[in-house]
Amino acid sequence: MKKTVIQLETVTCPSCIKRIEGTLGKQKGVLSAVVKFNASKVEVNHEDNILSDDLTKVIQQLGYHVIEVHQS
Amino acid sequence: MIRWINKQKYILFLTVLFVVSLLLNEVIPHHFLTFTIMTLLTLCAGFHIFKKAIMDIRYKIIGIDLLVTIAVVAAFIIGDYFEAAAVTYLFTLGHVLEKGSLEKTRSALKSLMNLKPKVARRIENKIENMISLSEVNVSDILLVKQGEMIPTDGIIMDGQGQLDEQIMTGESMPVDKTKDDSLFGATLLLSGYLFMKVTHVGEDTSLSKIIHMVEEAQDQKAKTQKFMEVFASYYTPLIVLLSIVLLIVTKDMRLAITMLVIACPGALVIATPVSYVSGIGNAAKKGILFKGGDSIERLAKGKVMFFDKTGTLTKGKPEVKVIKTYDHDENDLLRIAATAEMYSEHPLGQAIVDEAKRRGIHLQDEHLNTTFVIGKGLTFEYNEATYKIGNHKLYDHIMDERVNKDIDYLESSGYTTLIMSQDERILGLIGLMDGLRDHAKDVMNKLDRLGIKERIMLTGDQAKVAHLISKELEMTKTYASLLPEDKAKIIKSYQGKELSIFVGDGINDAVALSYADASIAMGGLGKDLAMETADVVLLGEDITKLSDAIKISRKVRSNMIQNIVFALVVVAILMVGVVFEKVSMSLGMFVHEVSVLAVLMNAIRLLRYDLGGLKNETFKSQSVHQVSPHL
Repeated sequence: MKKTVIQLETVTCPSCIKRIEGTLGKQKGVLSAVVKFNASKVEVNHEDNILSDDLTKVIQQLGYHVIEVHQS
Repeated sequence: MIRWINKQKYILFLTVLFVVSLLLNEVIPHHFLTFTIMTLLTLCAGFHIFKKAIMDIRYKIIGIDLLVTIAVVAAFIIGDYFEAAAVTYLFTLGHVLEKGSLEKTRSALKSLMNLKPKVARRIENKIENMISLSEVNVSDILLVKQGEMIPTDGIIMDGQGQLDEQIMTGESMPVDKTKDDSLFGATLLLSGYLFMKVTHVGEDTSLSKIIHMVEEAQDQKAKTQKFMEVFASYYTPLIVLLSIVLLIVTKDMRLAITMLVIACPGALVIATPVSYVSGIGNAAKKGILFKGGDSIERLAKGKVMFFDKTGTLTKGKPEVKVIKTYDHDENDLLRIAATAEMYSEHPLGQAIVDEAKRRGIHLQDEHLNTTFVIGKGLTFEYNEATYKIGNHKLYDHIMDERVNKDIDYLESSGYTTLIMSQDERILGLIGLMDGLRDHAKDVMNKLDRLGIKERIMLTGDQAKVAHLISKELEMTKTYASLLPEDKAKIIKSYQGKELSIFVGDGINDAVALSYADASIAMGGLGKDLAMETADVVLLGEDITKLSDAIKISRKVRSNMIQNIVFALVVVAILMVGVVFEKVSMSLGMFVHEVSVLAVLMNAIRLLRYDLGGLKNETFKSQSVHQVSPHL
């Protein structure tokens, strides 16, 4: 299992949280996705074979700008 | 940057369209051109809103975007082009402004993050190499020169220096550090030259941990916040229902969609979190870490405070308080004693050396043929005389009644008493005690003024010492000779009566902490356990932060209440206005956006909230070191 932390541009509305968590959560190989509203960060736990690029693409499609990606 | 410029252009473009729409609406309200411009504005401004609304339907979220979309579509159906255009424009503009303000409420943490050092000077085979911070490993030896930032956490191997640790502890006074002392990354070496061994890198450093803790704290939902969110989640669908009912009953589409637009509880949902986020961020900059909104609420409501003594109210190490001599110069006695104790590891010995240094007494390294008598003291030879320094166990019998009386007096007053003799003649007595923290008395007075009803001291120490400290600090009550479980019992007895706050050093207090409603740990920097267990962590050793923490918590709480009340009042006024047909859809949207911005601005005030107080107030200097006049 891997953890990817994605820093987004300021997230402004509470429904953004549901949108991002919902979409990421439905992706194959994603175990959990949590949005930290005030930090504007998404923490994704996922299987090893998932690339962080795929995750950021999903987020960008939702209309959110990705600033930084950190995988550990 | 390009994104930002594009956004500016986009908003400018929309604003031009909006102004043209306004004019056309006045001059040629029913012209084809007017409709075209308004439709263009609605589509351009509303594009993002509609996209999000469609997404929301998929996730079954009733959000503001969906409500606005429904209202806009309905406005088009009834031919109210201007309202549709105005609502989408105001909504988009408001959104951009909100984003800027929200970023501001979170800015305190950003400024901490930007402090992370970028480079380090590593010593490899006696050669200095400038490397990027990411290349630094644990156990590396780094060199830090005057004016540079400590790259990461470590211990001093060699050298000494003055450090500005304000970004970590919030304390502006520089700290002197020397071999074996801990260093924290991102603090500043004001003067000196240090070789340090790296102990922590990356995410394990104190700065990273603090940033992480603040992030967690800002996202931790407080009770009030949860309540507001639950409220909002019922309130929005209820308004949708109300709009439908209005539509069916009155057959007035305009009234129904106006209701929809004002329904969004934007300011309400945002009201509580922004106050916490600003408050937590501001406090972090001052070296006060709140664990979340709940911690703030509980601290703000506390009325009874329990204090651990050693290491909390006192410095946790002995200091020379009294020197009584018998026909011998006081400073000379101290000089001889300090010369003998110069390499002593014993806290009492170190206290004597510190006192000599404080008085500017010059100490010389001399061969004294010292013998340590464990549990009693030491004997040494100096200038062809035999000296002894130690407690009464070191002496068989003291003949001089005057000396015996003084020893009794000192010991019964709670001083640890050392007796010094030269060739069996008693030269003098040194009384030591764990000293109060600087400004402890002022902080206690401040707490009284903040309306703390009782200040209770709980200590495992003996009663004599406890009562002496308690008297000086005018504590309401003092319990001495306590076991950890006794502390817990006493705190428990207050449960359900008054909300309590426990203040400790965060290490031996785990049980006591769990019974108090809120807990504060002092001197938390570098102590992981203390940082984890307490509600509030004061990173530095400065006790004045205690009253600051309580002040901030109350300020944040009242700011949050102001926001909630304001948001509720605005919604209520709007609803009444809509029912009496005084509020149009675009006016409703305008007021809505303005109220969200007002709530944000109010929270931003917390970022600027300066405790002022301690730095500007003149302290009556506490003469901690003053020799007692009793003898």
